[in-house]
Amino acid sequence: MADNGLTPELMLDMYYHMALSRAMDDRMWILNRQGRAPVVYTSNGHEAAQVGSAFALNRGEDWICPYYRDLALVLAYGMTPREVMLHVLGRADDPNSGGRQMPAHWGHAKLHILTGGSVVATQDVHATGLALASKILKDGRVAVAYFGEGSTSQGEFHEALNFAAVHKLPVIFFNENNGYAISVPSRKQMAVQDVAARAQGYGMPGVIVDGNDPVKVYEVVKEAADRARRGDGPTLIEAKTYRFVPHSSDDDDRAYRTREEVQEAKKRDPLILFEARLKEAGILTDEKLKEMQQQIKDVVNDATDYAEKAPLPDPATLWDHVYGSL
Amino acid sequence: MDVVASLTMIQAINQALDLALATDERVMVLGEDVGPNGGVFRATEGLYEKYGGQRVVDTPLAESAIVGSAVGLALGGMRPVAEIQFLGFIFEAMDQMSTQASRLRFRSQGRHHVPLVVRAPYGGGVRTPEIHSDSLEALFSHLPGLKVVTPSTPYDAKGMLLASIRDPDPVLFLEPMRLYRAGRQEVPEAWYEVPLGEARVVRTGDDVTLIAYGPMVPVAEAAADSLASAGISAEVVDVRTLSPLDLETLTQSVTKTGRAVIVHEAQRTGGLGAEIAASLQERAFLSLEAPITRVTGYDTPFPMPALEDWWLPDVERVKAAAEFVLHY
Ligand SMILES: Cc1ncc(C[n+]2csc(CCOP(=O)(O)OP(=O)(O)O)c2C)c(N)n1
Ligand SMILES: [Mg+2]
Repeated sequence: MADNGLTPELMLDMYYHMALSRAMDDRMWILNRQGRAPVVYTSNGHEAAQVGSAFALNRGEDWICPYYRDLALVLAYGMTPREVMLHVLGRADDPNSGGRQMPAHWGHAKLHILTGGSVVATQDVHATGLALASKILKDGRVAVAYFGEGSTSQGEFHEALNFAAVHKLPVIFFNENNGYAISVPSRKQMAVQDVAARAQGYGMPGVIVDGNDPVKVYEVVKEAADRARRGDGPTLIEAKTYRFVPHSSDDDDRAYRTREEVQEAKKRDPLILFEARLKEAGILTDEKLKEMQQQIKDVVNDATDYAEKAPLPDPATLWDHVYGSL
Repeated sequence: MDVVASLTMIQAINQALDLALATDERVMVLGEDVGPNGGVFRATEGLYEKYGGQRVVDTPLAESAIVGSAVGLALGGMRPVAEIQFLGFIFEAMDQMSTQASRLRFRSQGRHHVPLVVRAPYGGGVRTPEIHSDSLEALFSHLPGLKVVTPSTPYDAKGMLLASIRDPDPVLFLEPMRLYRAGRQEVPEAWYEVPLGEARVVRTGDDVTLIAYGPMVPVAEAAADSLASAGISAEVVDVRTLSPLDLETLTQSVTKTGRAVIVHEAQRTGGLGAEIAASLQERAFLSLEAPITRVTGYDTPFPMPALEDWWLPDVERVKAAAEFVLHY
């Protein structure tokens, strides 16, 4: 870890955002089961991939185009826990859409987090277009599309990669491969082993990284971002990971994967692995950890209370923002 | 003796698929999560175990490939029943639906035809916002060559699905999500078909016709109940086949009552209600006692859960429209 730019402080901050995200995630599930949140999508298991990638970017300035899985990403990118809860509970002050957007369709215009539209892989082409704009405007921004491996079966994924490679655009295609698209295992999704293998067909590097290791993820994303900013074009990154909980609060994953498989995967829980590593390196102490856990608890409680007390959107505002002018 | 069972709509759909797979070996089911998972709404539960992965296929996550390859399957002699997980995702397959499946018969002078069924859950009322709750029937009713149908009861769901599978043309079979488990009805276990192209008079009445389909039929019925207690006799017609429309049944009813209220969930502008109203005034103009009125969703994208109940047409809005035409 000598010259990757990650100081102990940054690593602690990475850990904090991973742990915060896990705690927010747990709370969202409880709110759903209590009937207080309509539907919940989770980043549970994906935290290292998401937080590691966020830290490698110019946070708040580079464009990111997340998908519903990316709670840890948007927290690490600068969305506050209160903003996240306002969005999850569809409140009028949701910074993304005033409670219009589907839960977990993260967005924050000021932070250059582009909200998406449910239809998987559509954000891939947006990232390509944003990168083309950056190239033309010379604003130094990189665009990053985040997506699941299942969505790489869609035409948009292939169209986005091809376009971006032809024009050498400053874009990163960041795949979070958890092995399933709802119930469908990746072997029914593609006949190749790795999503990264597809890069070759479009003329860009394809990189596989351990998605449970935030430092490794940070390093490959940093390299891809440098490459993009140098004008050397796009990179496809595949972070191998696992989701520990059902696809969403409407899914029951017992129908398609065994408890043993999930237990086995949990041995590589990115949060636990990173905690152990930071302790071993003397960066995280038991005392510091306890303090952090208390802080996270307070922050999550505060965000929940704040959002639950916040007003719902007024029906009269429904016609706002359908058109810009009439 | 007919064996019947009391089924929900989703069970009736499951039974129809099971029966079609058992009866005709050309029938197959394809879509996302339809295999071991049994579909996200459980429409295909148990079918993978019974008929195997060759006939119940988990496809890659790509709607254009699902519908496009189903077109190929149909041309190649199979009887594919494709599932689109939520109707809103059919936009990804718009080209295959609108310029391929629907036009092959016409383009080939009838040498080719596409006996394809595309099933899709649609409509609101279940707190799954925006694209997941879209009602897109008008977009598809605008396409000659494609049939668009939607049941409102378990009995019709099974009978219309079997009729769709046997139909020689591509059929978009729209399943009202909020009626999947809303109630039970006696459904025969054997094969039966509810003919496409026929509307159903749900209840007869003399003063006003409430025209509805899919998820709005129970709303229209409840409104009719409520009007009845105020001494108003409302006829309720379930359109069932949205394209081509059964204008005869609709015209007959409106000629009798002289008044019509059309109810649909979809946005008002360019909705199917406009088409029905225009056709009815052409056919029943001299019988009309009042303008034909629509009760619809508003002209915005489908809203957030907090505003959903307010956005969707309900009994009160239907009653108010009925009273408007009655006192015009
Ligand atoms: C075009 C489209 N079809 C279907 C869906 C329904 N759907 C939502 S998520 C999903 C699975 C996506 O899996 P993957 O891309 O691997 O992402 P993961 O959820 O595993 O992170 C499906 C089928 C959708 N959102 N968009
Ligand atoms: Mg996946």
